[in-house]
Amino acid sequence: MSLNFVPSLDVRGLAYAYPDGHQALFGVDLTVERGERVALLGPNGAGKTTLVLHLNGILTGGAGTVTVAGLPVAKAHLAEIRRRVGIVFQDPDDQLFMPTVREDVAFGPAAAGLRGPELEAVVRKALARVGMEEYADRPPHHLSFGQRRRVAVATVLAMEPEILVLDEPSSNLDPASRRELADILRSLDVTVLMVTHDLPYALELCGRAVVLSDGVIAADGPTGALLADEDLMRRHRLELPFGFDPTRKPATR
Amino acid sequence: MGAGHAHRLYRHGHSPVHRMPPHCKLAAVLGFVVVVVSTPREAVWAFAAYAVLLGAVATAARVPPGFLLRRLVIEVPFVAFAFLMPFVVPGEQTRLLGVSVSVPGLWGAWNVLAKGTLGVAASVLLAATTDLRALLLGLQRLRLPPLLVQIASFMIRYGDVITDEMRRMSIARRSRGFEARGVRHWGVLAKTAGALFIRSYERGERVHLAMVSRGYAGSMPLIEEAPASRAQWSSAAALPLTALAICLLGWTL
Repeated sequence: MSLNFVPSLDVRGLAYAYPDGHQALFGVDLTVERGERVALLGPNGAGKTTLVLHLNGILTGGAGTVTVAGLPVAKAHLAEIRRRVGIVFQDPDDQLFMPTVREDVAFGPAAAGLRGPELEAVVRKALARVGMEEYADRPPHHLSFGQRRRVAVATVLAMEPEILVLDEPSSNLDPASRRELADILRSLDVTVLMVTHDLPYALELCGRAVVLSDGVIAADGPTGALLADEDLMRRHRLELPFGFDPTRKPATR
Repeated sequence: MGAGHAHRLYRHGHSPVHRMPPHCKLAAVLGFVVVVVSTPREAVWAFAAYAVLLGAVATAARVPPGFLLRRLVIEVPFVAFAFLMPFVVPGEQTRLLGVSVSVPGLWGAWNVLAKGTLGVAASVLLAATTDLRALLLGLQRLRLPPLLVQIASFMIRYGDVITDEMRRMSIARRSRGFEARGVRHWGVLAKTAGALFIRSYERGERVHLAMVSRGYAGSMPLIEEAPASRAQWSSAAALPLTALAICLLGWTL
């Protein structure tokens, strides 16, 4: 298939300043190949969220281009772009806005025009991929935080995205939910861009990492090697947590 | 399950009334109330007949009388107003239990009391047999402006989230030694309310982002389409049609 040679995500020279004059991105270049899991590391205020909001065209108007599986992010095909780029936001309460889990997962495909038994099948499959089938009729606010995050992933998977973008997927999770989410993410056959400053999680899940700092990509390489570069990490306010030694655990999987 | 997750007015059950499509029930209750209100107040027997009709519905829905009566308490402020009418409305006077009261006032009080109670009882029955979510779907199918239905469904979804936020803010206040006592502390409470408003507003923006990211373009996709059958409509129509017959009798007799 020729599509396999087109990267899932291609960002070229992306620069952006907010209307108030604050410039968040100064020329970002990033390519994510199909099937890759990449961690986007960076301290608070590095421009991670700004970059994410460019990937599905919520923020536009700066310099540079974003291309998703060969399709440039532009007004003309925003609907298709938003189907291809599945963003899982940090707070599941923002992501899950419908009264029941089922309706929430159905929202994206239904907005794309799917109806009836087809829609039902898509919803069931997406919930099964995150192990939440039996919660379909529950209201999201009665689930635990970890369950809500899993449903949030399902709402995006239902749209069969080209690339899954996760904003701080491990935040606020207890250790068991954290591990469950990691298992789910590993089981998915989809390109993943994971925005995080949870370094052990990045090492566990992503073979490659990029460091975004002060609005540019400051480093790009195998996650294990980047984390082992103490100087680099410290320069970008990415200190390793106490007791965590990336060199002792091979970054496989 | 189920019952514990619903609103307080709802009574979980599987009666024929519970199973009826929500938009049929809404239309039936509306029709019933309109008929009751247009009945002449002098036709006292007609109101007794209406009460019997509601009793029959309650029996079919397996809603116990105690449950219904307790929820009728909401009517009390209006009842108090009705009790004032015999004393303040001018007109022909009569003596009742040794007190001088006005005849038009008495009729007015009866009118408010009888029609109000029947209306509230019908609504309580509707709420007891219809889940909030189903009510909203019913309103949507009755072609209520979609914006209103969306606002109402977001209220349900985020009511708990915002209440929780309010509770956390209150705990934070009290943890720092603040107890609201008297007028002097209203300033602090007002600022908290302001902060809560801003937080909710910002959450609204984030939710909107999440919706747009999944293809929202101004209208909610109608996910569950379950049109009511003719049989369901006619069984729902039984209540307002019988009431209409009674009302017409009340006008002619």
